[in-house]
Parts: sequence; structure tokens; C-alpha cells
Amino acid sequence: MKILVTIKQVPDTATQVKIAADGKTIDPTGITWIVSPYDEFAVEEALRIKEKRGQGEVVVVSLGPDRVKEALRSCLAMGCDRAIHLNDPAWAAADTLVTARALAAVIEQESAQLVLCGRQAIDDDMGAVTAQLAELLGWPCAYWIMEETIDADAKSVRAARQVEGGLEVFDLPLPAVLAAQKGLNEPRYPTLKGIMGAKKKEIKDLKASDLGGAVEPPQLSVVGLQALPPRPPGRIIQGDVPTAVKELVRSLREDAKAI
Amino acid sequence: MPGAFWCIVEDDRNGSPKKVMAEVIGEAARLAPGRVEAVWLTDKASEAGLKQLGEWGAARVLLLENAAFAPYRSEVWVASAAELAGKESPRAILAPVTSRQREFVARLAARLGVGLAADSVGFALEGDKLVATRPVYAGKLLSKVTWAKAPWVATLRPNVFRPAESQPGKTASVERPTVTAAGALMKFVERREEVSTGLPELTEAETVISGGRGMKGPENYVILEDLGRVIGAAVGASRAAVDAGWRPHRFQIGQTGRTISPKLYLGFGVSGAIQHLAGMRTSKVIVAINKDPEAPIFKIADYGIVADLFEVVPELTKEFKKLLEK
Repeated sequence: MKILVTIKQVPDTATQVKIAADGKTIDPTGITWIVSPYDEFAVEEALRIKEKRGQGEVVVVSLGPDRVKEALRSCLAMGCDRAIHLNDPAWAAADTLVTARALAAVIEQESAQLVLCGRQAIDDDMGAVTAQLAELLGWPCAYWIMEETIDADAKSVRAARQVEGGLEVFDLPLPAVLAAQKGLNEPRYPTLKGIMGAKKKEIKDLKASDLGGAVEPPQLSVVGLQALPPRPPGRIIQGDVPTAVKELVRSLREDAKAI
Repeated sequence: MPGAFWCIVEDDRNGSPKKVMAEVIGEAARLAPGRVEAVWLTDKASEAGLKQLGEWGAARVLLLENAAFAPYRSEVWVASAAELAGKESPRAILAPVTSRQREFVARLAARLGVGLAADSVGFALEGDKLVATRPVYAGKLLSKVTWAKAPWVATLRPNVFRPAESQPGKTASVERPTVTAAGALMKFVERREEVSTGLPELTEAETVISGGRGMKGPENYVILEDLGRVIGAAVGASRAAVDAGWRPHRFQIGQTGRTISPKLYLGFGVSGAIQHLAGMRTSKVIVAINKDPEAPIFKIADYGIVADLFEVVPELTKEFKKLLEK
């Protein structure tokens, strides 16, 4: 079976982000880029499905500028078979729906039977693309999955999704879209052999014109980014433990009115 | 009603809206007084639940009651909600951040061809536009976003918006519009309940206690749970503690876990790595207890005690007990 994994390249959590001169985007100078962690769970799960079945193909797809090749390359090093890079300035202001439309077009071109995504990308935390892909394709969708099993005929997938208070298990007919939650698996590190092999694997560039042409305008746009308002300075409560704890409880009750 | 602000009801799967709906309805009423409508997809709504929505301030409840809506499946919900939106032309569609609402409204926005602002922490009407504020980049920046056209679809972070006050006697007109219920693609197999800790749910709790690497081992969380029972707090953990296998992932607070915004956050032996701060920095009051005076969490804490948590927790439990017994 053909599995398609969508990934996003995002700034590393520990990276300092600064607002660019346009006030709407971040300054790319000095940023360390990584594959969004939830997407790594999706990649790992796709590779495990292929390994378990002993056949199939895992295609990794991402939308973004040239730097995204590096993220795709690291997924190839993990073991994905080939990569598709949606690389066109026409997508520069893409919102989740524009992104989902482009990805859905690729999924249709590729006739993938299963699509795995990360639960959300850790840059804008919108968490919408998986559901929007499912809608555009007319497929079933399971969010925040903690486990999955493909049936022997590759006709359906049994997935357990995390909800408040437990897990809900469903059978989804294939093709389907799944959003990976942390806990689904432990992503592998690329081996040296994998890294070397990745250099020979294909990364195909696609433009908007390769996917049916015109890109619709975004429905959601950024008006501006701003720094967090500073928190008022805190107070370290001094004294031995019983004294400090008494003062903390008093402050929480009387000053902060938090309890 | 055209121009209404829809509030998608999140319920307890037992016929009653969750408390977080007071926040969604409260914010909708602030933005669009008199135009607040609750839209409830459920297999069974209780009379008490319908009454509650009215008391919180919904002028109208659009009740879509059908066995097909439980358990929640996006393809079924979206078909019905989109059909109703087509007839009603709401200006905005608001829902609380929960696991299913995050998926549902994203899919609904795609069906309607409109934008989505997920996990919003603020809204402002600017002329005929709505502008939402949302934390981005691990909560290091705030992004202001706006929609190209209505309906404006958004989810609201719990515990951030001021809840509507319940006004006894205020009622909503309850309507049961007819919509088609689409056939489900997904077949329900089973629900596996978590072992309940008897403590509040992490994302909904007004007070959250978090234990980090300083907890030293899984066996020690019992002292945090004891404290949690005294003050009615949820107990979570940092990524370090989850990755060490001390707590299941569902208790993780942070960028790859739950995002919380309680009135009071108490961190014990939590260092305050950026990925943890991403999940709790919108908490109103932050308390940090750590042996290490250099722990980054002290930089954002309102109150800190530099001490061994194993000395502080029992003392704190005792003091809170005294206070709350008064």
C-alpha cells in the first residue's frame, strides 16, 4: 500500500524567534529548523506499517520554501522512499486551507491509501490540516491517535483516538487520514546508512501549476505578530520551609486571590 | 438567525454542556450581545442542560438531536452542521478547545471554505472584522489573525475567557431544525476509560499542580495527588517526567502535551524548559518550588520558594487544609 506522510518544517523549540521587519513573519536569521515533532511520529508509524506488511511505499510531502528540503531529507534518512516538495512562492501566504488543498491534490495524484499527519505543527499550533485534508478528500479521519492496526487486506484501519477521559477505538475504511499523537511510537534516529542512502533518493519539486494551477487566496491572514506582554516581576519567598509556605498560602489567598 | 454568533456545545456525553461553555457563551455575548446561539449536536440533551444554556445567555438553542451524533465522528457532524450553517448564515462559529472540537471545526471550516483560528486567547471587533489573538512559536509570540469572509470559525482556549454568569430564569428558545444526518464512514468499536484519579481534567481545571524531574520517581506523585484533593486541582507532569515513564502521556503539560491556562499553576521540581512554558505560560498565577535557584521557571513565576519539594508539599497540604477548613 502507498502511505503518504505530510510534514512541516518548524523552528526548534529552543530557538529564539524574532519578529521580522514586516511585523507579520519571523526573522529567519539564526533559526534552527526541525521536522515538527508530531510529524516524526507520523513518519515512524508509516515506516512501521510498511515494515510490518513487508511491502509498500512511504512518500513524504511538505509545503514550504527551499529550506524545507533539509526536513524532507531527514525523513528520507529515517527510511521514507521518496519525497515531494511543494515549492512555489504562490503558496507563501498559505493558511491551513490553502495548504490542505495543495496536499489533497498531491494525495489524489499519488493515489495514496493512507495519509498520516502529525497532530499539529508546533510553530502555529493550528492543528487543522489533517481534518481539512479529510474533508477535501471526503475521507474518514481520526485525530490524536495512540495506536493503529491495518487489517490484512488493507481495506480498513483500526485506530484508537485520545479523547478526554479515555480512548475511543474506530474502524475506518481506507483510504483514511490519521493524526499522530505523542505516545503512538518512539521515532527512530536515522542510521549512517540511512543518511547516506537519503542522498540518492528522489525529492520531486512541484509547483502550483503541477497541481491544477491557480492557488486560491488564504481565508485567514496574519495581521501582525507581537511579543508577549511581560509578566509582572515575581517574588521569591524567603525563610525556612514552614514560614515560607505559610506566607505563600497567605499571598495566594489574600494578594493573588487564587485560592 | 443571520449574523448570529454560534457557540458549538461541548457536552459531558451525558446530556449536559460542559462548564467551559459558559466561557464561550460569555465571550460571544461580549462580541455580539443578543445574537448568541448555542448549536448542540448530541444523541441526547437533558432538560437541565438546555436550561443551563439559556441561563448562561444563549438567546436560541439549535438542537440537533440524533443517535448518529454519538460517538462523535467528524464526517457525520460536519455534514449536518454545514447544512444548518447554509440555512442560518451565522457570522461566527465558536467552540472550546477539546480533542473533538479541534477536529470538528477545522473540518467544518474546510467544508464552508472559510478560515479557522484555533486555540484563540482573545478577540476584538475592528470595524466589520474580527481579529483573533493566538499564541504561536511555543507561546513566545502572539499572532493576530483575521478572516477573509464569514463565518469566522475559531476555537477558544479554556480558562482564558471570562465565563458568563448564570442568570436564573433566563431562557433560550429551543428549536429542533431538521437536517440530514449523513451516513457514518467510521465504525465505533469500543471506548476504553482511563483509570480515574478522581481529580479534575487537566485542561479544564482551575488549579493545576505539575511535577517535574525533581519528583525523582513515579511513586512520589501520590503527595501531589493528596495536595490536589485538598485544593481540587488536576495533577500533571513535565515532559522529563513523562519521558522517564513516571506518568502517562495524557498528563504531560507542554508543547507536545496539553496546553493549560488555569487560575493557579503550582510547579514542583519543574525546571521550566521552553517546551513546558509553551503549555502553561498563560496561567494566571504561577508558583514554582525548586531546589535550584537558577531554574528558568522562577523567571515567569509570580511566587517562588527555593527549597526541597519533599519538604514543601506536605507543609503546603497541611496549610491549605487548615485554610479551607475555616
